[in-house]
Amino acid sequence: METLSNLGDGFLIAMTWQNLFLALMGCFLGTIMGALPGLGPSNGVAILIPLAFTLGLGATPSLILLTSVYYGAMYGGRISSILLNIPGDEPAMMTCLDGYPMAQKGRAGEALALSGVASFVGAFFATWGLVLLAPQLVKVALLFGPAEYFALFTLAFATLGGIAATNQAKSAFAAALGLGLAMVGVDTQTGVPRLTFGEVHLYDGIDFLIAIVGLFALSEVFVFLEHRGTDRDISTKPPTEVGKIIPSWSLIRSCIPTMGRTSVLGFIAGVLPGAGASLGSFISYSMEKRLVDKDKTFGTGDPRGVAAPEAGNNAAAGGALVPMLALGVPGSGTTAVLLAVLLALNITPGPLLFTQNPDVVWGLIAALFIGNFMLLAMNIPMVGLFTRVLLVPPRILMPIVAMISFVGIYGISGSPFELLMMVGFGVMGWVLRKLDVPLVPVILGTLLGNEMEVNFRRAVEISNGDYSVLIGSPLAIGLWTVAIVGFILPIVIGGRIKRRMHMSRDEEGSISD
Amino acid sequence: MSDRIFGGIGLVLAIIYAWAAAGIQESFLTDEVGPKVFPWIIATILGLSSAWFLIKPDPDPEWPTWGRVAEIGLAALVLVIYAEALPAFGFLLPTAVASGYLTWRLGSKPVESVVIGVVTALGIYLIFRSLLGLSLPREGMELAIDGFFSSLGDLFASDPEPAPATAPQGD
Repeated sequence: METLSNLGDGFLIAMTWQNLFLALMGCFLGTIMGALPGLGPSNGVAILIPLAFTLGLGATPSLILLTSVYYGAMYGGRISSILLNIPGDEPAMMTCLDGYPMAQKGRAGEALALSGVASFVGAFFATWGLVLLAPQLVKVALLFGPAEYFALFTLAFATLGGIAATNQAKSAFAAALGLGLAMVGVDTQTGVPRLTFGEVHLYDGIDFLIAIVGLFALSEVFVFLEHRGTDRDISTKPPTEVGKIIPSWSLIRSCIPTMGRTSVLGFIAGVLPGAGASLGSFISYSMEKRLVDKDKTFGTGDPRGVAAPEAGNNAAAGGALVPMLALGVPGSGTTAVLLAVLLALNITPGPLLFTQNPDVVWGLIAALFIGNFMLLAMNIPMVGLFTRVLLVPPRILMPIVAMISFVGIYGISGSPFELLMMVGFGVMGWVLRKLDVPLVPVILGTLLGNEMEVNFRRAVEISNGDYSVLIGSPLAIGLWTVAIVGFILPIVIGGRIKRRMHMSRDEEGSISD
Repeated sequence: MSDRIFGGIGLVLAIIYAWAAAGIQESFLTDEVGPKVFPWIIATILGLSSAWFLIKPDPDPEWPTWGRVAEIGLAALVLVIYAEALPAFGFLLPTAVASGYLTWRLGSKPVESVVIGVVTALGIYLIFRSLLGLSLPREGMELAIDGFFSSLGDLFASDPEPAPATAPQGD
């Protein structure tokens, strides 16, 4: 009951003209970013953070804008999957399997509309899940002391690669790299400068926004430079005709059981550490294929094969917000970027967020509900507009992305030093991507590094230098166990799952992502 | 092979990191753990995972040709010069040059690139500075545009009533 009245207050906050406008803008921009190959939810949100920050928006409005972008990007990813057979972002990969064949049969409009509805169902369900589950998780989190938090952070890093990670050593390297970068600057506890090599600019530490924008947005520009004119150049594919946009009621009705099941599954995948939206859509698709694919129509343009991964990935996107808001520990790349938003606004996420800034949390959740309806309204009748956006070639788009990255970082720092660092991160991001080192742990490391160290030192300090306090409570031991299992399990079974995800794509004879 | 080189670099990095952490000056007022321990833990993880790349490298990625590597390096160089040029030359000119260069290298025709560069720079300036009020580096051209917009603002504001927001009348 208390939850509902909180939610009611949230709607009062979200229902101002400014917030409604920001939600609308966010949904619109997000859908475009999701639709454009090369701009996904993570880098889309990344280039907008410094902007929201320098515009002087308050905490709630900034979060509303950026989470609307996040939800919008999850909707938008399907558009290029269906029309071009290129996933607009990673979670939309599975939508290619049945979406593109449907489009080739001249049913692109129906596929777009159906996937729009499925996205809505998934996201709507997940937002309710967030409302109900997050406050419960907060109650658990209030039992956490520094030692438990340290274990929880370790758990987040250990499971971040996800169950499909192929090389855990590379995930560990990436996490250490990020944590190492976070150490640079004046030590918060003792006030001594660390690892600055005498450079005064580094005394404040490396701003994580610079790392995020460089690694995610700028490295993408380099990737496009690398692939121009080769067969991996995506600008040469002609888009498919859209056709009729309004789906028949019987089509939607036939997909309702599928959407229901996959929403639940996707939400769970989103909440659990180490799964995230990509895996959410993958297991949703595989489960539905097992359950309802009696005539072997999956993969040839079955509408249920479009609805399943879309409901799954949008539900997972909402689910991923649960640990981010309630524990302050994100489980996926984009939620890591959203965590950066909170930190940039000087809001400490985690259980205290719900007690200290209830207006932020509930205003945000209410805005998500509103945004969802906006997205549904936007995505069915206006989908033609978004498909036109796909015609903007990367050769025009990518320079704009690069320049907006510079504008954002210049806005917060005003000095060339930070811009140079950003270019450095861009090049580093390109090299790491080439070597198959995941970038998300690097980001999470720069974000959480200081917080993690503070908890570590505080725990040992409280116990007067006894390091065994780190595994001193049943809760901490439980968290460590999950962390270790989560780190080792992918080494055993990860390769197999990854192969299956790729196999189901290769059957379609499509290009790799 | 790539992974082996990477592992080697990683190991060197870990050693430098640990050495730099050892050089942290501790103040007399310190906690039980001190400022060095956590960096050392990080250096250990960095070193262990790098050693793993040396022992069990992944298959090589598809590296681009040297020409393409030079392409990326050159683009990075252009962005570095761009970053340095911003405070000196204002926003518009460097942005037009940098985005024109990038779009040219991404496949636009030369004349097209000039147009795209100029339009990108102007568009971003109008949206982010004139509309959203972000602070961007300003020189002659930028000040002229800002002046134009503020006089436009005056025109609209001063007509019906004495302008409320144009000049700060001391209060």
